[in-house]
Amino acid sequence: MEAAAEPGNLAGVRHIILVLSGKGGVGKSTISTELALALRHAGKKVGILDVDLCGPSIPRMLRVQGKAVHQCDSGWVPVFVDQEQSISLMSVGFLLEKPDEAVVWRGPKKNALIKQFVSDVAWGQLDYLVVDTPPGTSDEHMAVVDALRPYSPLGALVVTTPQAVSVGDVRRELTFCKKVGLRVIGVVENMSGFVCPHCEGRRRGAGQTRWSPLPGLCAPGP
Amino acid sequence: MEEVPHDCPGVSSAQAGRGASCQGCPNQGLCASGAAAAPDPAIEEIKEKMKTVKHKILVLSGKGGVGKSTFSAHLAHGLAEDENTQVALLDIDICGPSIPKIMGLEGEQVHQSGSGWSPVFLEDNLGVMSVGFLLSSPDDAVIWRGPKKNGMIKQFLRDVDWGEVDYLIVDTPPGTSDEHLSAVQYLAAAHIDGAVIITTPQEVSLQDVRKEINFCHKVKLPIIGVVENMSGFTCPKCQKESQIFLPTTGGAEVMCRDLKVPLLGKVPLDPRIGKSCDKGESFFAEAPDSPATLAYRSIIQNAELSWQPYLAFKN
Repeated sequence: MEAAAEPGNLAGVRHIILVLSGKGGVGKSTISTELALALRHAGKKVGILDVDLCGPSIPRMLRVQGKAVHQCDSGWVPVFVDQEQSISLMSVGFLLEKPDEAVVWRGPKKNALIKQFVSDVAWGQLDYLVVDTPPGTSDEHMAVVDALRPYSPLGALVVTTPQAVSVGDVRRELTFCKKVGLRVIGVVENMSGFVCPHCEGRRRGAGQTRWSPLPGLCAPGP
Repeated sequence: MEEVPHDCPGVSSAQAGRGASCQGCPNQGLCASGAAAAPDPAIEEIKEKMKTVKHKILVLSGKGGVGKSTFSAHLAHGLAEDENTQVALLDIDICGPSIPKIMGLEGEQVHQSGSGWSPVFLEDNLGVMSVGFLLSSPDDAVIWRGPKKNGMIKQFLRDVDWGEVDYLIVDTPPGTSDEHLSAVQYLAAAHIDGAVIITTPQEVSLQDVRKEINFCHKVKLPIIGVVENMSGFTCPKCQKESQIFLPTTGGAEVMCRDLKVPLLGKVPLDPRIGKSCDKGESFFAEAPDSPATLAYRSIIQNAELSWQPYLAFKN
């Protein structure tokens, strides 16, 4: 399916942030969702692009699983998660006939859909577009970085958990960012400790997130 | 195969070589002639190679970070405790190869011999292969598209000299994509015992794992069973249990009942597991009395009950 390029669809997006990790299950989708909610709380208009085609988690996290995607003159209309239309979302999850349907695609087909997600979704005016990615450094990552390059993304947030097995994969992800010329805004260490609700008193949230800009890798923020 | 266009219809598609997006692709002629859609000769070569491997088990999950590599490694450790059992552990997570670190084999190199690539041996009866052993630095990123990853997996299955093996355990990355399709495709003629599917209790994992179960049905891969990992946390201070990943929709138990697949067991979250993996040591040796160790051992026993008896392939 050859999609005509729609240069206007990202023209109204001020800042693009990618959320990456070499490692699976560290909290990319959770952090993407929380980041979008935090930005909305700060009065910003946010879009979320979920390019995890095999495991699209964001629709459930924002309670919009099962919604349908509609067409307009400029392309696909993203799904709004709230009445005020301050957060919009596009995910392959909305294109599946059944929620348990497996997306069993090889790389080229995934690349084609990601290209469409970037060029054919009518995002409108957004302060931030947060791009959630699957774990790894493969087709989806190359496709989304290539497709977003003309729009100069702000950079990448790289998520890890404390253990060495995660950090090892994340080092590789940082190498990927360097190779493809993607600025690293910083690293987030997720699931950084747990407070037992029984013996140390109830506290909201099971972990702490720390923002850790890496000297030499990050440029000063805007 | 060289780089394909982004909207390649697929080499086995009826449009292969003929579609609009095929114009200018270096492989257009190959696809149009139908040669690319012919069965890969490697499938027969791998079938031959796998004749010395009795049981082949894939460890899958739709979801990342649920403990596939941890389970694969400890399944290998558990089976290899019997020194008469030959165990092979193959890591086909090309972008995020965790097995070398978890098995304490980081920095090891693969050697070539006349009979192919030699796996890296942790014990005399436990051999390991991973793309991690082929990288010059642990920080090297493997930035490969699907076709190149598939080529690597084909080499792992065809060119590694596994020898006489009782169990080949294949650790996979999360998802239902190139690596999974290639593993199933290349092992198609060699009879896979089945898949062990790992999940954690929360619905965000289960929704991906249901997709993985559907993938198994689609490619006719038998399901040995599901393991629910990180199933409850026992505080080392007060010994009381809490749930970190809440099973808001009933956890793996309800999913397995609904989808009629066996639940092999539940493993509680013991922080010492992660520590052992980081140190590259077997958790069974580090914490033999942990409820997690007992759970793993019970799961391995349950899985063993369902593996097919070895069928000798006659010429």
